[in-house]
Amino acid sequence: MTKAILPPTDSRPARGGRGFATFDDPGTSLLVDEAGDPDFVALQASPDFLELRRRITIFVVPATCGFLLWYLGYVALSAYAPDFMGTPVYGVLNIGLLFGLLQFASTIALTLAYARYARRKLDPQVDAVRSLTAEDQA
Amino acid sequence: MGGNTAINLGVFGVFVLITLFIVYRAGSRNATASDYYAAGSSFTGPQNGIALSGDFLSAASFLGISGSIAVNGYDGFLYSIGWVVSWLLGLMIISERLRNTGRFTLGDVLAFRMRQRPVRAAAANVTLVISLFYMIAQMAGAGALMALLLDVHSKVGQAVIIAVVGIVMVLYVLVGGMKGTTWVQIIKAVLLIMCVTLMTVFLLGKFGFSLSAILETASRNTPLGPEVLEPGARYGGTPTSRLDFISLALALVLGTASLPHVLMRFYTVPNAREARRSVVWATWMMATFYLCTLVIGFGALALVGSKEIASAPGGENSAAPLLAYEIGGAVLLGVVSAVAFATILAVVAGLTLTASASFAHDVYANVIKRGQADPRSEVKVARLTAVVVGLLAIGGGIAANGQNVAFLVALAFALAASANLSTIIYSMFWKRFNTPGTLWAVYGGLGSCIVLITFSPAVSGTKTSIFSDVDFAWFPLGNPGLVSIPFSFLCGYLGTILSKEKSDPVKQAEMEVRSLTGIGSGLK
Repeated sequence: MTKAILPPTDSRPARGGRGFATFDDPGTSLLVDEAGDPDFVALQASPDFLELRRRITIFVVPATCGFLLWYLGYVALSAYAPDFMGTPVYGVLNIGLLFGLLQFASTIALTLAYARYARRKLDPQVDAVRSLTAEDQA
Repeated sequence: MGGNTAINLGVFGVFVLITLFIVYRAGSRNATASDYYAAGSSFTGPQNGIALSGDFLSAASFLGISGSIAVNGYDGFLYSIGWVVSWLLGLMIISERLRNTGRFTLGDVLAFRMRQRPVRAAAANVTLVISLFYMIAQMAGAGALMALLLDVHSKVGQAVIIAVVGIVMVLYVLVGGMKGTTWVQIIKAVLLIMCVTLMTVFLLGKFGFSLSAILETASRNTPLGPEVLEPGARYGGTPTSRLDFISLALALVLGTASLPHVLMRFYTVPNAREARRSVVWATWMMATFYLCTLVIGFGALALVGSKEIASAPGGENSAAPLLAYEIGGAVLLGVVSAVAFATILAVVAGLTLTASASFAHDVYANVIKRGQADPRSEVKVARLTAVVVGLLAIGGGIAANGQNVAFLVALAFALAASANLSTIIYSMFWKRFNTPGTLWAVYGGLGSCIVLITFSPAVSGTKTSIFSDVDFAWFPLGNPGLVSIPFSFLCGYLGTILSKEKSDPVKQAEMEVRSLTGIGSGLK
């Protein structure tokens, strides 16, 4: 009865008839081979794993491209547009210093955002994929 | 400088004794390979995060960045930002996947679905080259630091001190293994952050908690005037120097999280979630640290002035110590000096451990013994390697002492970004990637970096080069990253599509599922 011990946060979609363990056929709900080791090819194609991969991709790819562009843009502006970066904003604070401090702020914000996203959207999905194997029942 | 050598040595001596005792207590039962390489994966995320920042923050970051801000203003600050931003790459792409996939070394990950022996040998080559370059730069820096902080000016005296640093670092590694070394990193990181935070709070208090008051006073104390707050003092000038800076920035942001000693830290935690937490903690530490160096750098300019900094022994590097003496007298100077020593010690200890693990686990156990090595003999080889690496670093450090070897640090980052990052990313995300592709990417990145730096102005042709009286430089940039990073990605691509070798789809499935979920790794 593997179903009974799934955490309430589990949000996996229906897997077309799989997942109902019975006493007659204890192995069918798990994507494992005869020895009980995980069947990685089947896992890789499972809807739960594809969903996990999709959730990672939609956050990580835009976030990585975004921060790299923002950082390299800032460096390029400092190198090639020093006059623009020297424009005063408030008191002694100029655009360059402001952008520099904003790099710190955006790094911390993105770090916290990823940590939160991972906790809420990725970790439960990892658990869902792991529950397809005998991994956590040892 | 008005410091008191006895106090400096005393504080440093106390630090070494306390850490050696802790290392001894932490590591006296270092029996298994997992204990020696990865501290039995027993550290928590926050502990490892603090240790990560300890491993990463070198004396170059502390004295170098605050000094560079004091002398170059904005451009010094610009330099420090890359080191903070780069942790995002470690957080989102590397840490969790690496923890799930490997056990002890980078070679574990790169060779996961490839032919073991050539790929592990390649991974070990890169790790050893980066570790040695980085260590020699640190050791040579230790010599320069002694001149500054202890008034040791004779070459022999500095050589003795470099040797002492090397011996203590090897002791940490031999006695404590990863566990002891990690505690050294944690202690050092806490000391360093406390030290810079207290100095920052004190400075801010002196200027009525107004950053702009510090900046304004600073800009009156430099020949640059208000321009010290604008780009251009250090990296402006010719188009080449601007391009060189872009190249450096690229290597910093892509290389940091791929440095071998940083990668190895991810194995000291029990699972991917703790690995993620450790990067979050490290990011907080880094951001705090570099914001403090901003204040310290401009504070040094405001209170000490650029003329005195430039004329002090050690030049730029003396900004933070001079400021410490200015605000806290000989005692605070002693503390800052001891923290700077501790920093060098901890960083080189982390590198020694990484190099020894890479040789023992990848080369000895998997290339020479073809995976059949007895774990006990593997640890024995690792310890022996640590001694050899320590001797090489002492020798290299003494030879490089007094040379302008700052480029070696930048080179280490460029190497990490060119040889490690490309292969990590390909093997995680590209199904078709295969053994020839891995080898092409590793050796393409490694080779192009070394060739380009050899024929760059850092090595020959200018007054600050190592060989200043000959000129065989044809590559205009001192930082090869801008060329070598794309080149390594290109090599990996070409090596893969031009070879007939098929990648193993079952292994690829295993690696992908395991890297994202930890299934099959035995981690919870």
